[in-house]
Amino acid sequence: MNRHSYNDDRTHYLPSGLPVPAPYADGLAREFWEAARCHELVVQRCIRCLTWQWGPEHICHHCRSFALTYEPVAPRGVIYSWERSWYPVHPTLKDAVPYLTVLVELPQAGGARMVGNLLGDRLQVVTIGAEVEAVFEDHDHANPPFTLVQWRVVADVEADS
Amino acid sequence: MVDRTLRGKTAIIGVGETRYYKRGDAPDPEFKMALEAILLACEDAGIDAREVDGFVSYSNDRNDPPRIAAALGLPDLRCSTMVWGGGGGGGSGAVANAAAAVATGLADTVVVFRGLAQGQFRRYGQGARTQTASGAGAFTAPYGLMSPAQSFAMRVRRFIWEHHIGQEALRAIALTSYAHAQRNPRAVMYGRPLTSEGYDDSRWIVEPFHLYDCCLENDGAAAVIVTSAERAKDMKQKPAYVLAAVQGSAYRQAATAHNAPDYATSNFKTLAPRLYAMAGIEPQDVDVLQCYENFTGGVMMSIVEHGFCRPQEVNEFFTPANFFFDGGRLPLNTSGGNLAECYMHGLELVIEAVRQIRGTSSCQVPDVKISMVVSGPMVQPVSSSIYCAEPNP
Repeated sequence: MNRHSYNDDRTHYLPSGLPVPAPYADGLAREFWEAARCHELVVQRCIRCLTWQWGPEHICHHCRSFALTYEPVAPRGVIYSWERSWYPVHPTLKDAVPYLTVLVELPQAGGARMVGNLLGDRLQVVTIGAEVEAVFEDHDHANPPFTLVQWRVVADVEADS
Repeated sequence: MVDRTLRGKTAIIGVGETRYYKRGDAPDPEFKMALEAILLACEDAGIDAREVDGFVSYSNDRNDPPRIAAALGLPDLRCSTMVWGGGGGGGSGAVANAAAAVATGLADTVVVFRGLAQGQFRRYGQGARTQTASGAGAFTAPYGLMSPAQSFAMRVRRFIWEHHIGQEALRAIALTSYAHAQRNPRAVMYGRPLTSEGYDDSRWIVEPFHLYDCCLENDGAAAVIVTSAERAKDMKQKPAYVLAAVQGSAYRQAATAHNAPDYATSNFKTLAPRLYAMAGIEPQDVDVLQCYENFTGGVMMSIVEHGFCRPQEVNEFFTPANFFFDGGRLPLNTSGGNLAECYMHGLELVIEAVRQIRGTSSCQVPDVKISMVVSGPMVQPVSSSIYCAEPNP
């Protein structure tokens, strides 16, 4: 094998070939994807009234200010809902089912929610309310390169001891 | 301004449907099927197509009214309106727009139509084959969340978790649609009954949806004709008066990346009170309900949000017996609907609601006075409509 044809799939939850994430055509959300490349989780926030907002928009839905920023937040959350997909909705996923998708609530960002995959056993029992932490999944060999924000359950300290 | 209501001012006087096909099986192009459905509706109403002066559709229908009007040689296109938003959310909203056009004198004879040949264009059940997912899609598609079933499963999962609901509630909806379809020769699933075991043994599409919790993918077209209540009295068919038709979408329901503040909802909480207020009726007055099944979980939340039962009563209320046309407490989806008759984006549900008023359904509920349609749960906007045998019940 050519040494340049490194197989990203070994370190990725889902195989390569799914659509590459990109900002809106007008640039909205660019800061989020740039931050993810730097392994930083950011959420949009209003500079005037401090309301958190996700997904991103050009205006604050609370005070209608156009002055918004992307603020770093702790990469920690709780599972708000989940689904296990068995039907491959894309040819790339033919041999990748089942897989888990979670909706993660970020209490430190006003309850904003992020969609990602739940890493680990694809048949694991998923618990709404379980604590999860972000895992930044780099796709360095994609064109253009990008980073997905994935999640894994935080080990229960008491259960481990 | 006085009397700002659509209540009883218009009626559906004609309905038309092509044969319904499994996706890819239609012998005719989508546009030709749309024309066929429109002409069948005119024939059913006993009017000449040249009398049509307006068209309303929804869900970005590809068959635009200017082309239709040219194709049919119509003298004057006085109204052409699209309800924005995807899925079947605009089904009843399109009737509302047609009724509004007629009630305000913008047009006299308005067709509500939907042409949909998934076999000739893109299937809804699969993700788009694009290199990039930009904008809102970037937050879901790269994670393998691409289909409608996947887009709604987490809303339903959350509702099931909050209210301790069993899979049997969803199963009851699927069994009801299939049981009713066995009496409906138009139904794509006619002659293909479904048992509880068949449901339980069917594969998962995306948990909590089995195969039979998901709508079909079909080819076909459907149309209904709306005119004034005064004119409807003297027409060929018994009128189905539009008692109420409304659309709506609650606070930030379309927030992207699954951030609607109220998440475990079918999006009817703000709409339902307006619907009943316009109609001047209560949920218990409804004789028969056609409730849009993109997925069974959406039906479940829609029935709750339209006041037919409380969330904590779902496990007890959702049984095939309660939904059966013959003696059920709430006869549901009596043609087989999107699950077993045809996925015509819910316009086939409007037509079945009209049949129930006329007394011509293959699963006819006795003496129907109030017939209701719920369109497109979990999308934005959604809509609902109520039809009546009398203009002022």
